[in-house]
Amino acid sequence: MDSSTVTNGYVSGSNLERVLRAGHFAVTGELGPPPKRRQPCDPKKAALLKGYCDAVNITDNQTAIVRMSSISAGAIAFQEELEPVIQMTCRDRNRLAIQSDLLGAYALGMRNVLCLTGDHQSFGNHPAAKNVFDLDSIQLVQVVTAMREDCIFQCGDVMKGQEPRFFIGAAAAPFADPLDFRPYRLAKKVKAGANFIQTQLIYDIPAFVEFMRKVRELGLHQKTYILAGVGPLKSPSMARYMKESVPGILMPDELIQKLELAGKPWAGKSKDELTKDEKKERAQAWKQEGIKICIELIQELKKIEGVAGVHVMAIEWEEAVKPIVEGAGLYPRPEIPAPATMDAVQE
Amino acid sequence: MIIAEQKNLNEIKNLIGDAENVLVLGCGTCVTVCFAGGAHEAAITAASLRMATKLEGHPRQVTDLTVQRQCEWEYLDEAAEQIQQADIVLSLGCGIGVQAIVEHFPSTWVAPGLNTTFLGLPTEQGVWMERCAACGDCILGLTGGICPIARCSKSLLNGPCGGSENGHCEIDPETPCAWQLIYDRLKSMHRLDALLEIQPPKNWRTSRDGGPRKIIREDLRLPAEES
Repeated sequence: MDSSTVTNGYVSGSNLERVLRAGHFAVTGELGPPPKRRQPCDPKKAALLKGYCDAVNITDNQTAIVRMSSISAGAIAFQEELEPVIQMTCRDRNRLAIQSDLLGAYALGMRNVLCLTGDHQSFGNHPAAKNVFDLDSIQLVQVVTAMREDCIFQCGDVMKGQEPRFFIGAAAAPFADPLDFRPYRLAKKVKAGANFIQTQLIYDIPAFVEFMRKVRELGLHQKTYILAGVGPLKSPSMARYMKESVPGILMPDELIQKLELAGKPWAGKSKDELTKDEKKERAQAWKQEGIKICIELIQELKKIEGVAGVHVMAIEWEEAVKPIVEGAGLYPRPEIPAPATMDAVQE
Repeated sequence: MIIAEQKNLNEIKNLIGDAENVLVLGCGTCVTVCFAGGAHEAAITAASLRMATKLEGHPRQVTDLTVQRQCEWEYLDEAAEQIQQADIVLSLGCGIGVQAIVEHFPSTWVAPGLNTTFLGLPTEQGVWMERCAACGDCILGLTGGICPIARCSKSLLNGPCGGSENGHCEIDPETPCAWQLIYDRLKSMHRLDALLEIQPPKNWRTSRDGGPRKIIREDLRLPAEES
């Protein structure tokens, strides 16, 4: 990998970095602090991810709905023995707040950060808010890289004491428009210093194979770790919604049909015609098929050169992570000991 | 030009309050061209206010007048008498016009009849779109003449984000994705290489973030009078 590393071979020493550098196929998960509640994350949900993910993304007011802050929830995730990937968006913070929050996150032991532009506030529960967007995601990657590599703040001032040494991530949307430009925009993120990439949800394998072909042509897979985004589908309507309404997601009709087929015993009946138990059975059949599809997708993704892992997004369905990770042959997760020198740094 | 739109009549009535003598002051420049606050709209607004206040049983004296440009004091001087006689001036100029009147006639109460909306242009009859955010450090030379500060919902300098779909911004299917426009334009001009460069964080000091802005041109200033 291109990034400079400290003497022990790691830039951050995070578990995610150790797993990836050891050549293992990595698994990251996602834990969103719930909206309208005070607690950071349901301990039961956290427990469902423990042992099945190398690190867990803690979202940052995702979909622009106010929740407990990513860094606070990340600190609590340690108590659940999960390694957090702090998501940091540019929507709510200017360069001062971003850097100060990152210093705090590092001091609290966080070692992974995912740099995002952030969903526009018009989607969330405070559409009247003033947004910031002082930086964009690529500039944010540059800022965090410069803090680590050059020990400087964005203004150029040199830091005193321990610099924050993050394993720096960024997102990629392989199928958003303009399609031709997407591999090049990823190249900009890598050039800015992204150590790992988590992609938008992948359902269309041939399209992703084509994207990865371009990524390899640009040599990006040798400079960054690319984790393909996967997520289990709960129902045919969820799949159709993604196909029709979520930008940057390609949903093959074949997958929708597979889910429909799973619900076939109950087909042709409206909601009112089904008993409570029948509805439950149908939902269960869809979910089982959704998990099966997700496992098959992971198996296809593993075959693609340059895919270093998967980012499993089972939002509000954390129970699915265990069968997916096990079913894909990715359990148990590797345990790579933390380097002694990095421990010293962390103290 | 500056694009504005009229406030609704109820809000205007509330702004007028108890004033008996109202002057609706139009502006002959930008807001005339965008059909928000010229002589025509000033006359209609005045008539509407006369009618509305009459219907409510408390008719007011509402007159209208339009100056060439509210944003220059010398043009306001032409309306000085009417402005000073009014209990309230309802300005149909942009926010600059309102403040120009306030600064020039400190004893006059002035209220805005328009919402000043953006700097833009008409793209078709009856449609105006934003084009400039007046950030004070123009980058159109880097982006093929399409401004991402004004036209990208997130003002990205290294766009497009993942919300670009079929040429539109995810926040609104009626809003073109500025970065798709930039991409298409640079591609058609064989200048896509420009997009491979990472644009550094913007210096927002030249924008509103540096505080209220001011330009001083010493070459144009009049010599100070000797004391």
